[in-house]
Amino acid sequence: MNSFLDKYENTSWANISSRIELSTREDVESALNSEGRCGLQGFAALLSPIAGIEYLEEMAQLAHKLTMQRFGKVIRLFAPMYLSNECTNVCDYCGFSLGNKIPRKTLSIAEILKETAALRSQGFEHVLLVTGESANKVSTDYLFKAIMVLNEYFSNVSMEVQPLDQSDYQHLIKAGLHAVLVYQETYDRKSYAKHHIKGKKTNFNWRLETADRLGRAGINKIGLGCLYGLTEDWRTDSFFAALHLDYLEKKYWQTSFSMSFPRIRPYEGEMSPLVDLQNRDLVQLLCAFRIFNHELELSLSTRESPALREQLLPIGITTMSAGSKTNPGGYSVSDDSLEQFSISDERSPVEVAQMLRLKGYEPVWKDWDSSYHLKSKFESSKSMLCDERNSSDMQMVS
Amino acid sequence: MIEKVDELKISGEAFHSRLFVGTGKFQSGEILSKAVLASKSQMVTVAMKRANPTAEKDSILDFLDTANVRILPNTSGVRDAKEAIFVARMAREALGTNWLKLEIHPDPKYLMPDPVATLEATRELSKDGFVVLPYCHADPVLCKLLEEAGAAAVMPLGSPIGSNQGLESREFLRIIIEQANVPVVVDAGIGAPSQASEAMEMGASAVLVNTAIAVSPDPVIMGKAFAGAVKAGRAAHLAGLGNVRKSAYATSPLTGFLSS
Repeated sequence: MNSFLDKYENTSWANISSRIELSTREDVESALNSEGRCGLQGFAALLSPIAGIEYLEEMAQLAHKLTMQRFGKVIRLFAPMYLSNECTNVCDYCGFSLGNKIPRKTLSIAEILKETAALRSQGFEHVLLVTGESANKVSTDYLFKAIMVLNEYFSNVSMEVQPLDQSDYQHLIKAGLHAVLVYQETYDRKSYAKHHIKGKKTNFNWRLETADRLGRAGINKIGLGCLYGLTEDWRTDSFFAALHLDYLEKKYWQTSFSMSFPRIRPYEGEMSPLVDLQNRDLVQLLCAFRIFNHELELSLSTRESPALREQLLPIGITTMSAGSKTNPGGYSVSDDSLEQFSISDERSPVEVAQMLRLKGYEPVWKDWDSSYHLKSKFESSKSMLCDERNSSDMQMVS
Repeated sequence: MIEKVDELKISGEAFHSRLFVGTGKFQSGEILSKAVLASKSQMVTVAMKRANPTAEKDSILDFLDTANVRILPNTSGVRDAKEAIFVARMAREALGTNWLKLEIHPDPKYLMPDPVATLEATRELSKDGFVVLPYCHADPVLCKLLEEAGAAAVMPLGSPIGSNQGLESREFLRIIIEQANVPVVVDAGIGAPSQASEAMEMGASAVLVNTAIAVSPDPVIMGKAFAGAVKAGRAAHLAGLGNVRKSAYATSPLTGFLSS
């Protein structure tokens, strides 16, 4: 079956890298003048060193204007809920890596309900379920049950777990799954192999084709991104993320997309980032993505400091997490010893919401309704009934 | 005088104001409330995906003066007719109204309405007792079909939603207005009061504005500006505009010989 892999294999990293490096002032200006409907060629120019040096303020102004027009003066808030830190992969940048001697935990349904109560009391309506990659401890059945339960309490349930089969995604969508985040981490095959040492995650292609499986399954939203710090040439890495987005958007036209910009944070492992993505570079990335795609959700996590988060807000951010705990049970059950990475913005959701208001934004807690999924639930129960009826008809005939 | 006799009637209900206001993208509930007041709008749309009627305080509903404003729930976010019907029934139950702005956009990027699903859902929901106002393309045939399917009004787009581009579909809007037996509410893309005026001058029954008010640096004054523009455009339509001539006809080079 066709997937992004074909396009990926036919796109040369070296060519893209030099195209970005060699972009001229004219290229950047032409991308800016087209008010952003500038295509991948324009995106390459906006990522270029010359754009970063000479056009950053202009890019930021345009990005702000485009974001305002499409999204208005609102920021959506969500919270991650870590269900498990079990992991069968060895990755040199992650706190959950198999080799790390940390206590492992997978939440029971009762514990999930405790976490739910804690998050609901803080006002959250959108929740993102996060796990390591352990198909035994966190099976599709486990996820199905968790999503079914959480849909009773939250308006919107998304997840960031190991890549699954298309049929698994279809099953989870029936339970009420809205969106799946699956970051490629890096689109540079060599660098990917260096950082993903053991386990299923070493399979670059399987991960790369996940978004296609999600698109075919009919998911509402797919989240993409690179983990900045893994690959030296962050400009080319993010170009491939944009190439991926562009491909997916045209093919799965009923799906919406988000892009995240995580930078490696301190954690219980040993690796320090290969390359520090500077704040200036992060600003350039945000601007380039917004100008390239006016409708893209741009998400910022608590990995970033309070001061920086506030500065990045008007540039194009549409979605934020707040008061995050990155360990299973972190909101209600456990202490912080099991976390995936330490967060930087430790303010409570109430404080973040206050900050947003001061900055002239309405914090939006609810921008979906779990009942939107009831139709599919209804249909699946109806089709199950039909199946039962058909099989009993069959029995009568036989 | 005009205000007293010139009411907008939808499904038997009369409205003085011909400006509908959307509630997305506002900086706060307080500003939304003031902007709606300044706009004098009596019809305000609310996305069901953002509404939270069971919450202690709803960030939109609690800021609307429901004594003077009709809440028009919308189905934004649904991708097909079945989902739309489901959300419509949910809205009726949650908000206690059978009025509905039907919007079905399977394309989350440009939010283009699906004409086939919209027609199907309009038929179904009208039969079920809803007052359906469907958001649709500026397609004259589609608007007639929606009318036949039971739509209480049609809401064709001026240009892509949130684009502020104005009446790019003007020629088709003109035909829709000419042919309609139900009110025509121009929805989406109106970015400036002058564009709202233009729609009203053309004979639109009303316009819906959201982004241009919500995203303005001063939504309250902008709400007022749109109220004035809609009124002026309507008055001009009722008064009757003079013909526009593309060139002057000072001399008659071809027929002058007749009078010489």
